[in-house]
Amino acid sequence: MELITGAEILVRCLKDEGVEYLFGYPGGAVLHIYDALYVQEDVKHILVRHEQAALHAADGYSRACGRPGVALVTSGPGLTNAVTGIANAYMDSIPLVVFSGQVPTALIGNDAFQEVDAVGITRPCVKHNFLVKDVTKLAETVKKAFYIATTGRPGPVLVDLPKDVTIAKTEYHYPKKIKLRSYNPTVKGHAGQIRKAVDLILSAKRPMIYTGGGVILSDGSPELIELTQLLGYPITNTLMGLGAYPATDRQFVGMLGMHGTYEANMAMHHCDVLIAIGARFDDRVTGKLDKFCPTARIVHVDIDPSSISKNVKVDVPIVGSVPNVLRAMISVIRDEKLRSDSEALAHWWRQIDEWRAVKSLSYRHSNEVIKPQYVIEKLYQITEGKAIITSDVGQHQMWAAQYYLFDRPRQWINSGGLGTMGFGLPAAMGAKFAFPDEDVACITGDGSIQMMLQELATMKQYQTPVKIVNLNNGYLGMVRQWQEFFYQKRYCMTYFESLPDFVMLTEAYGHVGMRIEKPGDVEGALREAFAMKDRTVFLDFVTDPSENVFPMIPSGGGQSEMLLAERDEMVSTHHEGMVLL
Amino acid sequence: MENEAGALSRVANLFSARGYNIESLTVAPTDDPTLSRLTLVTYGNEQIIEQIVKQLNKLIDVVKLIDLSETDAIERELMLVKTRAVGEQRAEMKRLADIFGGRVLDVTDATYTIELTGAGSKLDNFLRAIEKDAILEVVRSGATGIALGQKALHA
Repeated sequence: MELITGAEILVRCLKDEGVEYLFGYPGGAVLHIYDALYVQEDVKHILVRHEQAALHAADGYSRACGRPGVALVTSGPGLTNAVTGIANAYMDSIPLVVFSGQVPTALIGNDAFQEVDAVGITRPCVKHNFLVKDVTKLAETVKKAFYIATTGRPGPVLVDLPKDVTIAKTEYHYPKKIKLRSYNPTVKGHAGQIRKAVDLILSAKRPMIYTGGGVILSDGSPELIELTQLLGYPITNTLMGLGAYPATDRQFVGMLGMHGTYEANMAMHHCDVLIAIGARFDDRVTGKLDKFCPTARIVHVDIDPSSISKNVKVDVPIVGSVPNVLRAMISVIRDEKLRSDSEALAHWWRQIDEWRAVKSLSYRHSNEVIKPQYVIEKLYQITEGKAIITSDVGQHQMWAAQYYLFDRPRQWINSGGLGTMGFGLPAAMGAKFAFPDEDVACITGDGSIQMMLQELATMKQYQTPVKIVNLNNGYLGMVRQWQEFFYQKRYCMTYFESLPDFVMLTEAYGHVGMRIEKPGDVEGALREAFAMKDRTVFLDFVTDPSENVFPMIPSGGGQSEMLLAERDEMVSTHHEGMVLL
Repeated sequence: MENEAGALSRVANLFSARGYNIESLTVAPTDDPTLSRLTLVTYGNEQIIEQIVKQLNKLIDVVKLIDLSETDAIERELMLVKTRAVGEQRAEMKRLADIFGGRVLDVTDATYTIELTGAGSKLDNFLRAIEKDAILEVVRSGATGIALGQKALHA
């Protein structure tokens, strides 16, 4: 058999794995790999302008289409720049396979040029990582990396490749299947537990379904919709779970948590049976733990056993993949013609509709100054609710989650767990690679966008037209909001005294820039921008700098302790809450 | 766990990253060259122990995890103690070592080096029994253990 180099093996592995795009940035340690990429056309390499963007783009690509994202960076600073992106994917359980160059094996540990302990640095923020020291193990390791990244609870896997391993030669053989004796995720739910769960679910007088990112990652949306509609129960999604259940359906009560709707949080607080699916009881969702769902018995479906009873003790745990477990639940209910308590349910819905009537997402409109919520509402109308939306991190992220109604999974792409400013733009680019014919918009703010601005050049090079909706309030709005409420309006370091002219800046990169200052111009500008199908357009909306995100549960508060816009006196939270920030 | 470079640091890293306590940790090869055995002593309430077990099982390099505190098991630890031993102390120290089933490994005109094995609590008791000022150096291996009866890793 033919002997080929480690670099050639890597490229062949990627091809055999069906990798379409490789997001990366070259450097000394990966020169052989780049040379192997040069002579083939199967795997398309996308040259980003910063390694963090390579990770976010691969991440956005994966979130949009469900296939693993793949990135390639060089050793040393290439890898350290990538760490934020790796941690971001880890927190949101996104399947990524990351290849990093490393100094030659003989130099490892010698403080060689551009050497860092990549495996050590990334260990706490990867699902697993490998250092390949022997070229004969390379193909098998790549296979393991893809297998681990994409199965069970997904996550990023790093493969560190010393330069000499990419030069050494061996025969190529890519294993079709791989088995690991120490890794075998449970997919099928335990039948007895499923039966117990169904009994508890149907006994509910005040049921509530609460679902997270796990439903989207497992493509469990059809099963979730079927079960929810079969039961007729109210449903809420977490920030990561939006789109798993259509937001425009009557049974959907909005997002829950710190900036969730009044009806979602009140229903959570008062429910007697909580059905948690692919969600992990994050602190932004639960609020103060001892006030969380005080009267509920809890069913929890999750593929990761360590997510179960981590923060909140549950009554019926089921380890398994969401679609699998939900299908089993649906069959039990259908086969045995089981019914929920329709009288109690009707009563419960009347209560929920009363909470709904509070209209917790209403805000004061203005004819003088652009309200950020208004921009999102208009964006929703003009894209007919069909665009893929990515977001950065801050107030704009919450407004996007609240006012854009997501009707399908993988339509909403945001950094939920790590909260990485700068995620939105490269993620939008990645999503556009996955779906070149779909409208992709990045909702961002003047703070976040400046963290990954250089990617405008990548977007020009590869013609990935994205609409950038910048809610420009001149502030780091979310931090400013906390300073207003909890630090007596001492706005320390949250106001940008100098901002670039975003229109000129965008044009310098070869894109279209627009600045919108009046509420009356919002709709027209959006229409104009989306009519330019093949151009990236930067819409710089000058928005009300004093606008805050409501409703809000201050850190340390319980689910029922919500502050609504313009209605409640803002109260300073207690010390425990301050610590939680 | 897999006898791979970095496997130990994954375990140690998990404990420090999640704020769990490590009382002691030993790791050594086994009869199977691809596996090593790591024995770790930790403490915490039921919920914390449940999380530790789940988080450890999640590590790809962990092949099998046994909670020895949930079964009948033997715990053993090795301790080497260098003590002051002059005058009347010499006879007393030798007597205590005998009572605890220890052996004197090394003798100088001023010191004894004593070897002792047993459960951690027995070693603690020995240290309490001898005069505090007499202790010059203590070396403990950390606990290892094995289940009683026919239950075994390969069985």
